[in-house]
Amino acid sequence: MSGAPTDGGVWGDLILLRMTIAIGAAATLMACTPDGGGTQSAGSTTASSSSAKDVQRYSRDPYPSTYHRYPGAPTLVTNVTIFDGEGGRIENGSILFRDGVIVAVGTDIAAEPGVTVIDGTGKYLTPGIIDVHSHLGDYPSPSVAALSDGNEATSPTTPEVWAEHSVWPQDPGFARALVNGGVTTLQILPGSANLMGGRSVTVKNVYARTVQGMKFPGAPYGLKMACGENPKRVYGSRGRMPSTRMGNIAVDRETWARAVEYDRKWDKYEQEGGDSPPSRDIAMDTLRGVLDGEILVQNHCYRADEMAVVMDMAKEFGYHVTAFHHAVEAYKIADLLKENDTCAAVWADWWGFKMEAYDETDANLAILENQGACALIHSDDENGIQRLNQEVAKARAAGRRAGIDISEEQAWTWAAINPARVLGIADKTGSLKPGKMADIVLWNGNPFSVYTRPERVWIDGALMYDMNDPSRRPVSDFELGQPGGGNFN
Amino acid sequence: MIRRLLFAAAAIAAAPLAPAAAQDVAIVNAKLVIGTGDGPIEGGTVIVRGGRVVAAGQGIAVPAGMETIDAGGKWVTPGIFAGFTRLGIVEVSGVSQTNDAAAGDSPFHAAIDVAPAVNPRTSSLALNRAEGITRAVVAPDTGSSMFAGQGAIIDLGADMDAVTVPRAFQFMEYGEAGSREAGGSRPAAYAFLRNALMEAQDYARNPASFADRGPDAFLTRLDAAALVPVVQGKVPLMVHVERGSDILVILGLREEFPRLKLVLVGATEGWTVAPQIAAAGVPVIAKPLADLPSSFESLASTQSNIGRMQAAGVTVAIGTINNDESHQARWVKQYAGNLVGLSRVSGATGLDWGHAFAAITSGPAEALGMGDRFGSLQPGRHGDVVIWDGDPLEIGSTAVAVYIDGVAQPLETRQQLLRDRYLTPPDGQLPNAYRR
Repeated sequence: MSGAPTDGGVWGDLILLRMTIAIGAAATLMACTPDGGGTQSAGSTTASSSSAKDVQRYSRDPYPSTYHRYPGAPTLVTNVTIFDGEGGRIENGSILFRDGVIVAVGTDIAAEPGVTVIDGTGKYLTPGIIDVHSHLGDYPSPSVAALSDGNEATSPTTPEVWAEHSVWPQDPGFARALVNGGVTTLQILPGSANLMGGRSVTVKNVYARTVQGMKFPGAPYGLKMACGENPKRVYGSRGRMPSTRMGNIAVDRETWARAVEYDRKWDKYEQEGGDSPPSRDIAMDTLRGVLDGEILVQNHCYRADEMAVVMDMAKEFGYHVTAFHHAVEAYKIADLLKENDTCAAVWADWWGFKMEAYDETDANLAILENQGACALIHSDDENGIQRLNQEVAKARAAGRRAGIDISEEQAWTWAAINPARVLGIADKTGSLKPGKMADIVLWNGNPFSVYTRPERVWIDGALMYDMNDPSRRPVSDFELGQPGGGNFN
Repeated sequence: MIRRLLFAAAAIAAAPLAPAAAQDVAIVNAKLVIGTGDGPIEGGTVIVRGGRVVAAGQGIAVPAGMETIDAGGKWVTPGIFAGFTRLGIVEVSGVSQTNDAAAGDSPFHAAIDVAPAVNPRTSSLALNRAEGITRAVVAPDTGSSMFAGQGAIIDLGADMDAVTVPRAFQFMEYGEAGSREAGGSRPAAYAFLRNALMEAQDYARNPASFADRGPDAFLTRLDAAALVPVVQGKVPLMVHVERGSDILVILGLREEFPRLKLVLVGATEGWTVAPQIAAAGVPVIAKPLADLPSSFESLASTQSNIGRMQAAGVTVAIGTINNDESHQARWVKQYAGNLVGLSRVSGATGLDWGHAFAAITSGPAEALGMGDRFGSLQPGRHGDVVIWDGDPLEIGSTAVAVYIDGVAQPLETRQQLLRDRYLTPPDGQLPNAYRR
């Protein structure tokens, strides 16, 4: 076989099509001592009970974010075309941001003293792009086995693994996603070898020495799940379950049944106390988080009929599928997705790399949007993440060819507020509204054009990329002193 | 008997225009691009007769009685020539029965010829045809050796005659992939390569005395025979190579095998040795936007690679090796457009529009020494012409008419039929399966 399987970069997919049998011991379930701390993530529904003073709760956030915003000058961009990320468009618009947050968006904002003013004439300004499906860091560049940390393909269910424990923060891909892609937030997922692949992590696209230094403060975890060909191929080829789609669902259901039991035990203990806490199971912690609504299900799935089965399974066990990822056939069940309040994160035009990706139409996104379902773009690819604006443009154009006319500003929601919703951070970023994080891209033209590139990118109001200022351009440790030196444009 | 009839009926339904004679057609009132580095000119005319371009430009008279299409000022260009693909030999990549790109268990390598595998009814052909791709380089993939075999030039027409030039080149892997196939190192790959070419010379000197040593030999008779035109310079040797130092090694092969006609593919570090490539007169079919150090042989990746090579005088075209080359040849338009956009990025080197468009039309043809046959609207070239509703490099522009060898092509795709079936929600009257 030739070269690296960037073919589709469908890390969960083409890598798996070619991967050799993984060698290694099965993951060991460690029984951890409860930390007695009671650090809890926001939104916990099992948190407090006045009658259980001595209850020992385990930490929901043992690897907390240490990300902090970098300093940024108060900035006013004027005379610019704005897509606000929620479907709004402002011609000759202005935006003011200060201390990391958006202060005002409109047409007539006065420049206060000390504010840096940028004339945006002929340019466009949008919220930073959010990619809900990335493997930067866990399948980084260079693509060598020593850095290949995305699939714990030793057991079909590994909800105990956390992508953040694999993420290499020096992946050169982060810089490309920022500079060429205008990506300010991304979700890094485990791969799709397993039915339950583990926890995702949502990060700000800001280089740090540690993954904790990149973690998006307050973003919920996701649970990566997968249906279809990958799990049944990976495990079936080893002569073990699952080897069929029915096997996939059976293993899922058995695991959810255990999780419900685990959740019940811990709920009872946390509410009523007891002699000692129930034994700890790191895998079940994750599934309990899903059942409690703290952890969002991000489900790799291609075929329409399988998505329908998965949504029924979620109802059976009392959880919710936040989004299907890839969802090449989502257009066939727009009504079902809408009814279940489940989003579809899709490519603009990928198809044909495997059987379940055969029934493709470039109009997938447009049909979903047109029928009122929640739809968004995603990359799953270290190259595609550099051009998600163009993927949105392609999807919109395909809609127009089908007679579905979606405005540019509405289509931009596919890369902005909709992905923010899928990550549970729509109250913090994903659109240009006062009080939200100043995650902003100034484009040197219309971002629906193939000829347009990011000119400046701010993250939390800090200028992290400036096309015209080489000092505002990150270079990962890996690239220092190398032939390319990080000068990738 | 019944089965035969059914098969024949299906063939007609799938290819309503086949078999069709090459057509004569004149397209007037065009925003015309010739495809050799030029930008568009207004009010252009293209004349295709007998399937070949007769004339294209301004102020050209249409012969009396020729079918004439008024383009209404729309863009008219040569069809896109996809520089490196596996179109027509793969239906679904992950379904091995439909994937004829590689043969890991075959005793043959250089002898493998993709031409008999090309299936004009592969659904990706229809899709890419509808996107204005009219001709393509089709290469086999390596299976059991660093030699992949003999590639073809195909057209994407809706007929059963897809292969225009069989055995148009020999494709091989060098660098990391070649090393893997050759036993585990670059020196091993280099030794294998030299040995194979020497054996081919032996074979050429006296075919009758060349003992076929069976499947255990490095080269079977058939493999040796396939490499004869390569070592004689009659068929290009297309080499996938990425690292700067590896490129120099491949260029250096000509000291020992002076007649080799080399074409480099990939070449992400080409810019670091661009003067040497230019001096060697070796063309490059490059990955267009590779900018990640995706391996240790591409540490110097940059989107400026193609622009810098062109500035150094290298003949360079766009190809999509290791980038879903079996389905997504259509992406080359977007990639070329990005290279134009790159020109506006501080410190970067892109291409101007004309050269970006040439990199996906005349460029690949020139790289293979076939610029006199394909890839542009110069007289004598195959009559592959596309009418577009906008700038063909811009996202959202669509091919509104496609001609291959002067024959108007159907633009319907399976993807469109699926789209239309689900364009509106189910109406409850009949299942979706009845919508068509």
